[in-house]
Amino acid sequence: MNTAKVSESIHFQQKLGEETGYLKMIWQRFFKHHMAVTGTVVFLLIVLMAVLAPWLAPMDPNRVDPVSFQSAPSAAHILGTDDVGRDVLSRLLYAARVSLSVGLGAVAIYVMIGTLIGAVAGFFGGWIDGLLMRITDIFMSFPYLMVILVLVSVMGPSLTNIIVVLGVLGWPQVARIVRGSVLQIKQMDYVKAAVALGYSAPRIVFSHILPNAFAPILVNATFGMANAIITESSLSFLGMGVQPPTASWGNMLTQAQSLTVLSSQPWMWLPSGFMIVIAVLSINFMGDGLRDAVDPKSFR
Amino acid sequence: MNTLLEVKGLKKYFPIRAGLLGKTQGFVKAVDDVSFTVHEGETLGIVGESGCGKSTTGRSIIRLLEPTAGDVVFKGQNLTGLKGEELRKMRRDLQIVFQDPYASLNPRMTVGAILEEPLKIHGLAGTTERRQRVKDLLDIVGLTEHHYNRYPHEFSGGQRQRIGIARALITKPKLIVADEPVSALDVSIQSQILNLMKDLQEQFQLTYIFISHDLSVVRHISDRVGVMYLGRMVELAPKHELYDNPQHPYTQALLSAVPHPDPREVRERIILSGDVPSPANPPTGCAFHTRCHACMEICKTDRPELKQTTEGHWVACHLY
Repeated sequence: MNTAKVSESIHFQQKLGEETGYLKMIWQRFFKHHMAVTGTVVFLLIVLMAVLAPWLAPMDPNRVDPVSFQSAPSAAHILGTDDVGRDVLSRLLYAARVSLSVGLGAVAIYVMIGTLIGAVAGFFGGWIDGLLMRITDIFMSFPYLMVILVLVSVMGPSLTNIIVVLGVLGWPQVARIVRGSVLQIKQMDYVKAAVALGYSAPRIVFSHILPNAFAPILVNATFGMANAIITESSLSFLGMGVQPPTASWGNMLTQAQSLTVLSSQPWMWLPSGFMIVIAVLSINFMGDGLRDAVDPKSFR
Repeated sequence: MNTLLEVKGLKKYFPIRAGLLGKTQGFVKAVDDVSFTVHEGETLGIVGESGCGKSTTGRSIIRLLEPTAGDVVFKGQNLTGLKGEELRKMRRDLQIVFQDPYASLNPRMTVGAILEEPLKIHGLAGTTERRQRVKDLLDIVGLTEHHYNRYPHEFSGGQRQRIGIARALITKPKLIVADEPVSALDVSIQSQILNLMKDLQEQFQLTYIFISHDLSVVRHISDRVGVMYLGRMVELAPKHELYDNPQHPYTQALLSAVPHPDPREVRERIILSGDVPSPANPPTGCAFHTRCHACMEICKTDRPELKQTTEGHWVACHLY
């Protein structure tokens, strides 16, 4: 979302506030967006899957069944077993936890960093703005995946490290969006009134400006979550992500690197591939719905 | 009457930046050497057309904008030098009411939160007392305590302006800069708000600087009126004196443009030709000389000082 669009949506939300509650209106428009509602339902199911994994999973995801490895789906193992005899269904359920933690964790970190940097740049302006935005430009010009690979291999591949690395590298876009919104909102009279009333700068930024810049941040965070999940899967697939035996949809896909598995044992890679697609699609649908709901130009 | 506020040689120049490196190419002289005093308990009206610097003057006084030069002395203390904590403490005494009631209230906060926050920040009342004071004030400005938990979008323009006035009042200020407070409202609502402001002035011994482009509104509410043109104060006089006996050619032209309720009355209309010159490059001498019907040679070279012609009547014109 570019700055012009953000400013438009801010203007729009202030105008709309006159007629109905802004959040109520967004909710109504989101609810009319069928794909978004579907996406939300699917996403909530995945969340449930992750939360209830210990109760849903038929067995311990790391338990090796010595008698049946690489076995096709059967009554004992509904989705079959993998090459060392672990239950695919159980691993699939537990892997949802990994993907969601990466999605939520990385986005939480980078939304915080980006919001802080963008707000400081936009509010104080001048050389502070110039400096922070040039740093943002530099971060944006990194070859993303390569830097992540290097950092993860230096820090050692683990779930925490992936979350930290994705979080630390993902903020520039948020910073730009927030800066644009803050520049716009800073000109509103209610911010001037806050200055005239002698409020401190942090109070003005955090309780008067940022709550009004919430919508574009939320939209960006949603898409960011889908991206983080894809990136984690790619890293795990390459062996630089979540390490076995911990299950992740990405490292479950690793087995598909073998041609035999790819062609004749689809139960070992199809479910995890499917889950990645479903998770990312559902989140992106939610994001689309949110974006349309806050975008003044997409009246339905 | 005691002097509450004294503005001396106030200037606000906005730099014009251009080029790749943002080099300063010149200045927009929004306020150029304005001086006046405001007495305790009075309403000083400031009129002028768009872009004459009346809002900039108001905002520079309460330090929403940093003045380029000049002094603003409030109750014997120079505001222009204040910093940090001292400035924040002083802000309590100087408040502002904005023009646009739709942009001046935070859409995410309830009326109660908007009005309680200043009390909390300045430590003016405890938690329970705060709530009571806000409710009392809502009542005073013509709303009810049921509005306490409502959001701004649930109100009409006039009601919002009442909330804006309540916010300016909550810290019990001495001076309120009213920056076109009724210009965005319907005519019927305008008079309600003006009367409210008059009542509040009496009740709380307020002093107003009332900025407007509407001559009738200013006439209704003000005790004295200042006329601004291109960043300068050209005439300043008690209300009746100014409206009955305007001396500056600009004031005369301005007043002749006010519609009169009696259509049979034949009046002379002074039509100004041309446009207001750019404040980035104001004319030399008197800023008004390019459009003045009484322009003399001296007007093109020497800037006239604001001087007193009769008791309390100040004019910046070489004619007097």
